Amino acid sequence: MTPLPRWAEIGLLPLVNVALALFFSGLVIALIGEDPFHALSVMLQGAFVYPGSLGYTLYYTTNFVFTGLAVAVAFHAMLFNIGGEGQAMLGGLGVALACLALDPYMPGIVVIPVAILGAAAFGAAWAFIPGWLQAYRGSHIVITTIMFNFIAAGLMVWLLSGLLRSGGQGSPQTRFFAEGAWLPRVHEILNAIGIKAASSPLNLSFIIALLACVGVWLLIWRTKFGYALRAMGHSPDAAAYAGIPVRRMTVIAMAISGALAGCMALNEILGVQHKLVLNFSAGYGFTGIAVALMGRNHPVGIVLASLLFGALYQGGGELDFEFKTITREMVLVIQGLIILFSGALANMMVPILIRAVGRRKADA
Amino acid sequence: MPELWIDILRILDGTLRLATPLILCAMAGLVSERSGVIDIGLEGKLLAGAFAAAATASLTGSAWLGLMMAIVVAMSLSAVHAFACITHRGEQIISGVAVNILASGLTVVIGIALFQQGGQTPPLGTDERFRPIALPLSETLSGVPYLGPLYAELISGHNLLVYVALMAVAVVWWMLYRTTFGLRLRAVGEAPEAVDSAGISVTWLCYRGVLIAGLLCGIAGAYLSTAHGAGFVREMSAGKGFIALAAMIFGKWRPGLALVACLLFGFLDTVAPRLQGVELPLIGEAPVALIPVLPYVFTVILLAGFFGRAVPPRALGTPYVKEH
Repeated sequence: MTPLPRWAEIGLLPLVNVALALFFSGLVIALIGEDPFHALSVMLQGAFVYPGSLGYTLYYTTNFVFTGLAVAVAFHAMLFNIGGEGQAMLGGLGVALACLALDPYMPGIVVIPVAILGAAAFGAAWAFIPGWLQAYRGSHIVITTIMFNFIAAGLMVWLLSGLLRSGGQGSPQTRFFAEGAWLPRVHEILNAIGIKAASSPLNLSFIIALLACVGVWLLIWRTKFGYALRAMGHSPDAAAYAGIPVRRMTVIAMAISGALAGCMALNEILGVQHKLVLNFSAGYGFTGIAVALMGRNHPVGIVLASLLFGALYQGGGELDFEFKTITREMVLVIQGLIILFSGALANMMVPILIRAVGRRKADA
Repeated sequence: MPELWIDILRILDGTLRLATPLILCAMAGLVSERSGVIDIGLEGKLLAGAFAAAATASLTGSAWLGLMMAIVVAMSLSAVHAFACITHRGEQIISGVAVNILASGLTVVIGIALFQQGGQTPPLGTDERFRPIALPLSETLSGVPYLGPLYAELISGHNLLVYVALMAVAVVWWMLYRTTFGLRLRAVGEAPEAVDSAGISVTWLCYRGVLIAGLLCGIAGAYLSTAHGAGFVREMSAGKGFIALAAMIFGKWRPGLALVACLLFGFLDTVAPRLQGVELPLIGEAPVALIPVLPYVFTVILLAGFFGRAVPPRALGTPYVKEH
């Protein structure tokens, strides 16, 4: 909470912070001898204008919505879940196990729901352990979740190079899931009902992500559990005094957070790859931190921030084609700067903005 | 001379080489965290340092200038971290994440702009790297049974930065426990209000702690690209900054124990490839793919208090707000 008026805190401050991040990104582009405005227009076209590009943007957006919500739910309880990467990997494992076990015998209509439950359950389990360790053994959740990212990565290498590797294949991956278990693509559905749409990897998990947003909103702001969670986030001591079981809440909050991160695998594994591969989480878990920060831990904000990052990722790919010197790694730079200015330096501009727009009424 | 002895020496030698960047980064994290500032940006500073060292060495032909540039760059990232966390009391974890992501993006973007080689630097020549140093008498003594090879293989024949890393442990220990600055630094990580009421600047102390971390990460980076390796490859830090973080915690935020942890993790890294396809009693074929996760598993178990107890500095992670 800053002393700024509410509209400035919710609207102006995040915009100013993103503008700062974009300004420094532009500076980097200018320093390596390219035109930042040209780069920006290339990225915007790549993200929204070319046929199918909007589908790609929304496909990336889906990943960020899941990982952003995951960070946000934990953050409402003042828990820092930076284990989204590992939880997403385990979510992928859950999807794969469900599909590999069931798809020879069952139709997609049965396999898909089980796979969704698998993603959520495995992601939840991978976050449950750090939550439990913090609540009952006193280890720091940040450290444990970082460690769990690496443990998950090692586990996946081990499983995919051994037990789960499909026969006759050199690369560490499972076999393809049966086609019935693939999440339907949005352009296929649209084309089927007569709306012309360019092909893109956007699939039904986008709808699941939006449902998850509604679910999180209801959970945090419309249930007793959510109230207790936020109370705990404001002051664990006061919450404990009020009879809220802080330890149990810690574990449950982490499990929900992990389930959301695990669901990222629905998009990547069940929706696009149709097999379990290594490193599909590709940093989306970490970006979720930026998404939650920018979205101020609110589902609406998270959708908007996810859209920004989705556009960055899709538009950033376009940079590779258009420039010799700027590659999609530029997106990482922009992302790092956004995390820096919207996250770590979030309140840097507050004194300057107060001078410009004045204080919140109640404080004045 | 028994073959086994030579084998053991080779493994220990490899352990030391692989542990060197861990040792430097663990000491970096230790100094920063003892002053109360969490540093999960070790990885990013290591990577940026590695790039700066290789790029400078390649452009100027001097490994020493590379080392200096690595230190400057890593300390600049530390300064950003300090500015965010100390001056603006930002979230230390978030700042660390930002440093890591920035480093992995900037190294490639600048690398391509400078060298057009897909983010790598050109391979470095002999003069552009830190070469192994043969300590005096290593040739002469190598005939002495057992001790001769021990001296020649394990103690002599490393590059300068390996010795620097080992000395860094002693220097950090001495600084923390035998100097006024160290006493104040440790105090500021435990009870900043006490330091403040003694009239000493909490801000400046924390800044120095964080900047020293940058210095050490810079040396570690230079080691990776201009001593251990011969050039920069994208993402070449490959999680070493995080293993160092684990080692620091495993070493309970103490220099000596952290050194032991780094050597242990370096040892695991050295033996893992040698265990490929080896049948172990009870387990069967060695699950080599799982060995890299052992440092993290150990650290999680230790932090959970299942053996021993690792207690972080009391004020770790909480920015100090001066009372009015």
